[in-house]
Amino acid sequence: MKRYSAFALAREALSNHMGWERAWAAPQPKAAYDAIIIGAGGHGLATAYYLGKNFGITNVAILEKGWLGGGNTGRNTTIIRSNYLQDSSAAIYEKARSLYETLSQDLNYNAMFSPRGVMMLAQTHHEVRGYQRTAHANALQGVVTEFISPQRVKELCPILNIDGPRYPVLGALWQARGGTGRHDAVAWGYARACSAMGMDIIQNCEVKGITSANGVVTGVETTKGYIGTKKIGIVVAGHSGQVADMAGFRLPVEAVALQALVSEPIKPCMDVVVMANTVHGYMSQSDKGEMVIGGGTDGFNNFTQRGSFHHIEETLRALIETFPIISRLKMLRQWGGIVDMTGDRSPIISKTPVGNCFINCGWGTGGFKAIPGSGWAMAELMAKGEPGPLAAEFDMWRFKEGRFIDESVAAGVAH
Amino acid sequence: MLTLECPYCGIMADETELSPGYEAHLKRYGPGSSDEEFEAYMFARKNPKGVHFERWRHAYGCGKWFLAARDTATLEVFGTYPAQSAGPPQALQDKIKAKRPDWKGYK
Ligand SMILES: Cc1cc2nc3c(=O)[nH]c(=O)nc-3n(C[C@H](O)[C@H](O)[C@H](O)COP(=O)(O)OP(=O)(O)OC[C@H]3O[C@@H](n4cnc5c(N)ncnc54)[C@H](O)[C@@H]3O)c2cc1C
Ligand SMILES: [Zn+2]
Repeated sequence: MKRYSAFALAREALSNHMGWERAWAAPQPKAAYDAIIIGAGGHGLATAYYLGKNFGITNVAILEKGWLGGGNTGRNTTIIRSNYLQDSSAAIYEKARSLYETLSQDLNYNAMFSPRGVMMLAQTHHEVRGYQRTAHANALQGVVTEFISPQRVKELCPILNIDGPRYPVLGALWQARGGTGRHDAVAWGYARACSAMGMDIIQNCEVKGITSANGVVTGVETTKGYIGTKKIGIVVAGHSGQVADMAGFRLPVEAVALQALVSEPIKPCMDVVVMANTVHGYMSQSDKGEMVIGGGTDGFNNFTQRGSFHHIEETLRALIETFPIISRLKMLRQWGGIVDMTGDRSPIISKTPVGNCFINCGWGTGGFKAIPGSGWAMAELMAKGEPGPLAAEFDMWRFKEGRFIDESVAAGVAH
Repeated sequence: MLTLECPYCGIMADETELSPGYEAHLKRYGPGSSDEEFEAYMFARKNPKGVHFERWRHAYGCGKWFLAARDTATLEVFGTYPAQSAGPPQALQDKIKAKRPDWKGYK
């Protein structure tokens, strides 16, 4: 892999940019691999990357039914934060956030991590108490957050209306080191680094079946034929239930649609991320000037990557109340992704009832922020066969045993 | 917009009139049940990509719960039926089978 640098840019400028190589190879599958990752979203690619980087396992294929990063990773609103309530959540999200800080250097690919600060508005007394509690929990966890006053909210984000008639802003949970990243670049950067380590990223290759012998996986049936393997990592977000079904087990997961939209681009007007959970909307501004907007999920099982129109209306209604200046903005694009929701709204990084078959799913509406930490933890699980400290609590049996990692109260809105 | 016919008042109700209630025909477990039974009741959902049976409530209409058969991969609605049904009516199952020959059937 030729490294990207200012020098490389100058060199290529002199040769009419004809010398850039492909960012990643497009190989045909080999007969067998040491490990197969199903799903080339951020989590699958990060898993493969840390398998190679941290454990030297590089005879790996990443199989993707569409194009890499074309799932939720390429559809999300890129909010990155780690101010969760429960210790096990804070640990893995903070690991991810801290890896994001140096990801561009690590991957030699500009992931555009922008620690511009994330603000979660408290607009009811219940929320004030909830976020104060989270701020205290974060202090104990070593995650830097603070509960700030309405005046400070207004200073940080002048376009915010803090005296709304229904829900005046009573304060906010502020994480100065949270922010946004470039979703595609995260997938592309990991893909390029995986390819450089000799891993095979095989796109347009849908897994149709999982084979096993004596309760241990042996390979996968795909649209490009049978591929043998010693280990499988299932990292397919919205299709987790379907792929788990191929392996012969059931997951406590339901697939629903989550939508986002962007406005026409305007001059820079906000340099923080704002989430308003009571009224149900959140917004940030992209480098291109578009307002990036999201809200809640639909309330029914759905695999169509299309959401219900009235949810867009609900989200915009909420945001116009919060940011009156956007009331005349035109919306440019809107899309949906299929998110995998678990019963406690926390992810699953786990062994499964099938030997050498591992699963990473349930990131639901909020897994972009977790990609580096999740890949790190999943690689450790796959390499060692046992979870490390980051993944230990996120096993799939917690639902049977009642050990929930309950974040549904901590995150009232999808992000 | 998703529209479902309320089997009680006979109205074609828009999604905005309805509240979703997810998977239908769940078997309830109470005190004395095993961990597996509780997990199945609380969390282990079928979540199929295809034919699904669900609960809906005509929240901004007559207020009654009813059940619906829908395809989660296409959003096609096959039909609705009263909440007091132990399983999907045979006529509805036959209709679905005719439209989706690959469907493995209600179980
Ligand atoms: C609208 C929206 C907004 C969001 N906003 C945020 C946010 O602001 N912050 C945040 O942290 N998170 C956010 N999220 C959540 C985040 O996008 C996801 O949690 C995360 O991207 C999941 O990554 P993944 O790699 O697990 O899944 P994906 O990126 O969906 O990748 C899974 C891949 O598996 C492939 N696949 C599926 N089945 C098969 C098969 N049988 N064979 C081969 N390949 C298969 C799919 O094609 C897909 O590419 C948002 C999600 C949505 C939809
Ligand atoms: Zn009715």
